[in-house]
Amino acid sequence: MPEVLRAPLVVEFPFTRSLGPVQSAFLTGLRERVVLGVRTTDGRVLVPPVEYDPVTADELRDLVEVAPTGTVTTWAWNPHPRPGQPLATPFAWVLVRLDGADTSLLHVLDAPGPDSVRTGMRVRVRWAATRTGAITDIACFDPYGGAPAQPSGSTGEFADPVTGIVTPARLDYTYTPGRAQSAYLDALAEHRTVGERCPQCRKVYVPPRGACPTCGVATTEQVEVGPRGTVTTFCIVNIKARNLDIEVPYVYAHIALDGAGLALHGRIAGIPYDQVRMGLRVEPVWTEGARHPDHYRPTGEPDADYDTYRELL
Amino acid sequence: MSKEPVAVVGIGQTKHVAARRDVSIAGLVREAARRALDDAELTWADIDAVVIGKAPDFFEGVMMPELYLADALGAVGKPLLRVHTAGSVGGSTALVAAGLIAARVHGTVLTCAFEKQSESNAMWGLSLPIPFQQPLLAGAGGFFAPHVRAYMRRSGAPDTIGSLVAYKDRRNALKNPFAHLHEHDITLEKVQSSPMLWDPIRYSETCPSSDGACAMVLTDRAGAARAPRPPAWMHGGAMRSEPTLFAGKDAVSPRAGKDCAADVYRQARITDPRREIDAVEMYVPFSWYEPMWLENLGFADEGEGWKLTEAGVTELDGDLPVNMSGGVLSSNPIGASGMIRFAEAALQVRGQAGEHQVEGVRRALGHAYGGGSQFFAMWLVGAEPPST
Repeated sequence: MPEVLRAPLVVEFPFTRSLGPVQSAFLTGLRERVVLGVRTTDGRVLVPPVEYDPVTADELRDLVEVAPTGTVTTWAWNPHPRPGQPLATPFAWVLVRLDGADTSLLHVLDAPGPDSVRTGMRVRVRWAATRTGAITDIACFDPYGGAPAQPSGSTGEFADPVTGIVTPARLDYTYTPGRAQSAYLDALAEHRTVGERCPQCRKVYVPPRGACPTCGVATTEQVEVGPRGTVTTFCIVNIKARNLDIEVPYVYAHIALDGAGLALHGRIAGIPYDQVRMGLRVEPVWTEGARHPDHYRPTGEPDADYDTYRELL
Repeated sequence: MSKEPVAVVGIGQTKHVAARRDVSIAGLVREAARRALDDAELTWADIDAVVIGKAPDFFEGVMMPELYLADALGAVGKPLLRVHTAGSVGGSTALVAAGLIAARVHGTVLTCAFEKQSESNAMWGLSLPIPFQQPLLAGAGGFFAPHVRAYMRRSGAPDTIGSLVAYKDRRNALKNPFAHLHEHDITLEKVQSSPMLWDPIRYSETCPSSDGACAMVLTDRAGAARAPRPPAWMHGGAMRSEPTLFAGKDAVSPRAGKDCAADVYRQARITDPRREIDAVEMYVPFSWYEPMWLENLGFADEGEGWKLTEAGVTELDGDLPVNMSGGVLSSNPIGASGMIRFAEAALQVRGQAGEHQVEGVRRALGHAYGGGSQFFAMWLVGAEPPST
């Protein structure tokens, strides 16, 4: 059995958020060193605020300022902070019920060690030096021995409110293409295309998936297909794709390699784009160091008859 | 024991637009849900369960948004389910909600679907850089355009058919206040001279990217009896799936779509859809999918669908109007698009479609598909309760 390939896969995107009236006020408040909650229909104050009442589903818009001091209601020590977390040194994740609030806010507490943290301890907001209208405007909480701080008396109305934020998200995976794909990729390195035949329907899958999706059985019999094939259908791409270094127009085609049970997708070149047609016979063109064929070019053979590929569009 | 008949008694939509920067995701979904409740003259307390749907979480980057939406949808203390079947999800979400009523699990269910495309990039969400794989060579249109060419080859359709569909749907959208695109100066010439993006698909033959939500209140016989306005009755509903790519896949007329339609017609006792169905809202994100689906859904024989389009049969005043609302070509909040098809079909049989109402619609089909022609969801609704 060939070695199975592995590689990192990073999925990363700067999502945007339209905040709506309540989150807009909350985040703008943080920018102005004001913590706002929202009053529910039954008179409780929720911090962070929500737009809709969790009990009655009523729309909530009555913003209430709470103090920047509060009480830890529960906590967990984090000995190994990860990149992107609020503090680079070990810290406690804490739920803090701010003075004046009925619910707790999740944030972090800067403390020397787990022995110095306890439920019921008093804490105070440490504001970030640069604030933009984000939850990170609260840098963290610090232990605090004083009396409850007084709210600033803010009305919850601010000039130049924050209405949208960007929330970058990132996921780190280790991707493995599995046995069948790894074998296919190994063969591609020798410029050979090797699929797998279904033992029941006898169709050859290229690239192989290790199983036939129609019959639901494992595929193991390797079958070399191509290198030549037939353009079964195509489109002419006239708009440049992001991160794709191909001049437009170009032809994106379904190509049924000889012996394959379904078409794969590739680019056609070596022929003016407006002369590409269904039935055109093509072969792969490899470039140095590339894992996949760069494109397919005409072989010069007569076009395939429609009936030979009509099931392979 | 027979199934409980399912009635649609409330329908709500947002005005679909490129970007709703004034509301959060919760605010957007809430707006449609509130309108559906208002239409049904019900309150949050009247709802027994909530079923919501949207396209992949990657689209807005909110993992399991149903959890965060519980407050906004009055779902606290009630069952809240989320459905996901790619672009068909709005349709399958409605069918899951309907199933809860048909099985007498719940009496009245709120169902919603949404997408806030402005907060993300669907193209990015669909083309992750998977290691060892060749990068996608073309965007969403590039994925579908070769299938359109295959249809043209197979049917012999003249290359103007796609522009006729786009011209029709964009004019229909002018009569629908909720539609995203309102191209008041649209002409057939403009459609035909718009840039060719993925030949054979032109710019004007593609759907927009929209923020929007749709919601419906579904209920049982007792709920329908209390409804302030005429309900739409579900006469049949079905879902089918198949792989995106497999040996023998017919991307022009997928087997799953045919089987799904056949199941719906069997339930609704329809033997001749062309004669027995009065109007259709089908999922047409690229104009050529109208003639393709006309064949797939049994309204025309194979290779003949384009003739209905060409002859004007699918126009608002034709005898089988298709996408009276302007369709996906005029509004595409992806996760909601399927539910909008279902809701618009229901509006037609309720006689509540407003300016794009077709006179005398008794039975209408709502259709959704998603993925690479991978998921199908359909329902048939009627002005009369189903015969039992």
